[in-house]
Amino acid sequence: MIRIGDAPRVRRLLIGVALALTALFLLLPLVAIFAQALMSGIDVYWQNLSDAYTLAAIGLTLLVAVITVPVNLVFGVFLAWLVTRFEFPGRRLLQTLIDIPFAVSPVVAGLVYLLLYGRNGWLGGWLDANDIQIMFAWPGIVLVTLFVTCPFVARELIPLMQAQGSREEEAAVTLGASGWTIFRRVTLPNIRHALLYGVILTNARAVGEFGAVSVVAGAIRGETNTLPLQVEQLYQDYNTVGAFTSASLLALLALLTLAAKAALEWRAARRETAT
Amino acid sequence: MSIRISQIDKTYGNKGHGRKDDGRTRALEPIDLDIQDGELIGLLGPSGSGKTTLLRIVAGLEQADGGSIHFGERDVTHVHVRDRRIGFVFQHYALFRHMNVFDNVAFGLTAMPRAQRPSSGEIRNRVMQLLEMVRLQDFAERFPAQLSGGQQQRVSLARALALKPDVLLLDEPFGALDAKVRQELRRWLRHLHEELHFTSLFVTHDQEEALELSDRVVVMSNGRVEQIATPDTLYRQPANRFVFEFLGDVNRLEGDIEEEVLTCGNARVAVPGVENGRQELLLRPHEIRLDEQPSPRAHLPVSVTAVVPVGAEVRIELEADWLGEPWLATISHADFERLAITRGKRLYAQPSRLHRFDTTRPQTLAPLSVS
Repeated sequence: MIRIGDAPRVRRLLIGVALALTALFLLLPLVAIFAQALMSGIDVYWQNLSDAYTLAAIGLTLLVAVITVPVNLVFGVFLAWLVTRFEFPGRRLLQTLIDIPFAVSPVVAGLVYLLLYGRNGWLGGWLDANDIQIMFAWPGIVLVTLFVTCPFVARELIPLMQAQGSREEEAAVTLGASGWTIFRRVTLPNIRHALLYGVILTNARAVGEFGAVSVVAGAIRGETNTLPLQVEQLYQDYNTVGAFTSASLLALLALLTLAAKAALEWRAARRETAT
Repeated sequence: MSIRISQIDKTYGNKGHGRKDDGRTRALEPIDLDIQDGELIGLLGPSGSGKTTLLRIVAGLEQADGGSIHFGERDVTHVHVRDRRIGFVFQHYALFRHMNVFDNVAFGLTAMPRAQRPSSGEIRNRVMQLLEMVRLQDFAERFPAQLSGGQQQRVSLARALALKPDVLLLDEPFGALDAKVRQELRRWLRHLHEELHFTSLFVTHDQEEALELSDRVVVMSNGRVEQIATPDTLYRQPANRFVFEFLGDVNRLEGDIEEEVLTCGNARVAVPGVENGRQELLLRPHEIRLDEQPSPRAHLPVSVTAVVPVGAEVRIELEADWLGEPWLATISHADFERLAITRGKRLYAQPSRLHRFDTTRPQTLAPLSVS
């Protein structure tokens, strides 16, 4: 009996199509980015990179990531812990609410923040009176990025922690361990792979977010431009090489992220087979 | 260390919402239980009887709504789990999966505050001694996933005993293991208990396990204690119908009684001392004798529908028009051969004892003996 797809010709055809599509849709654009960026030679590439506005954009992007990732790491762990280890009214609702940033378009998220914190917004008047600027400045960018990326860590942890249950933690507490000791020595080691994965995803999104950030950033060159916004502006200025230079940085970051993720998965798989 | 449980009760569900009874489950009726120092007590009951809830309340993993718990003279009702000095063994072992066997057993010692923590040498000695006790000294470097269920449960026991707890609590400790390993571990736990003299309380739904291991058994159902007694008393003098039915196979006989004779269709049997009226009586499979002829005191015609000649006794399933559900009888191999029992054979049942539970005190009748 021959199973479906077992015929050598069919199999070769399917593999061929899959590889061709991957090359066309995934690999080619990636190559194109670097090709475009290096179109006028490596000197122009460096020149574009060392452009003051581009450097400012890199700095701002890193700042956003450096704030967003730790905050959402702590928030995500806390939320996952709460949802999986305690029974309380509204637990299911909370679990659904976590997904809101995934469900709404980032542009909408940006607009909501503008409505809340903008000059004519609900809190805007008070903020203005106290001379605190959130919109069209880095705090606004950080806030929307926090919003957009907050589900990643919790989403990774919740199914895992649900599956693992709280038995090991109960065992630890009967052995006299304090809350912090239990977290550090029992909970954390059990979730560390999922946690790292969540952090990688959070970081990737924090660096690459465009929609929400573009609404609240106001596109002030050298001040509120993150890398994705910088790419867009350079492109609008018909500076194709410059745009692709910045884009190549983002692509590079994406590749690094993927490599880190693959390495983690490989290590996890090796651990599985070792035990 | 003795344990005194008084008036412990527990209700699950939303409280104080002005609703009366809906959405709330009574997990435990107020329960009293005194456990002597060094006693091994089995909590026996079907699932949902509240036995695990009671155990977890004693451990401090769950809070009771009211009542108190004393370990010796110490009132631990409001003491946190980590300060109760208990050892707890979970049904599914709950070993720390990312730690090897040594680190698992050492956890309680290494988690102590620095000031009280023994030196690493002392910890090493203690752990190796415990591993030797559970016969796993060669497995110190292994991870839980590399061990069999029985081995994991032994690690879990060693881990629970590492801090020399006053009280050892076990939640269905052998429930997840296969029959042979379970038997072996049971004997081993009994042995360990005699050697170390800790007070322990364990939960099980397996009658045999409870009767074999315990000094005393607490039979529970629907959050209530039905009887607390030694295994022997429990089996011979069940306090009520539930205990009788839960502790073994039961046959039912229902009929109308007139002048100390129970009649049911064409069957009748003498029931000395029972008043007239409709009555249900119970009997164990080993309380039935089979004969080719009826006796003057019992005329109970039955036919054999199944024969299981495996084990110390032969199990025989009996049916009759006058029986609602089939009876089960266990007879000796000698009787089995003498009567040449085959499927379809017609015989007469002779109940040596009948039990009734509708009176305030259970009553046992001997229909065959002439009074």
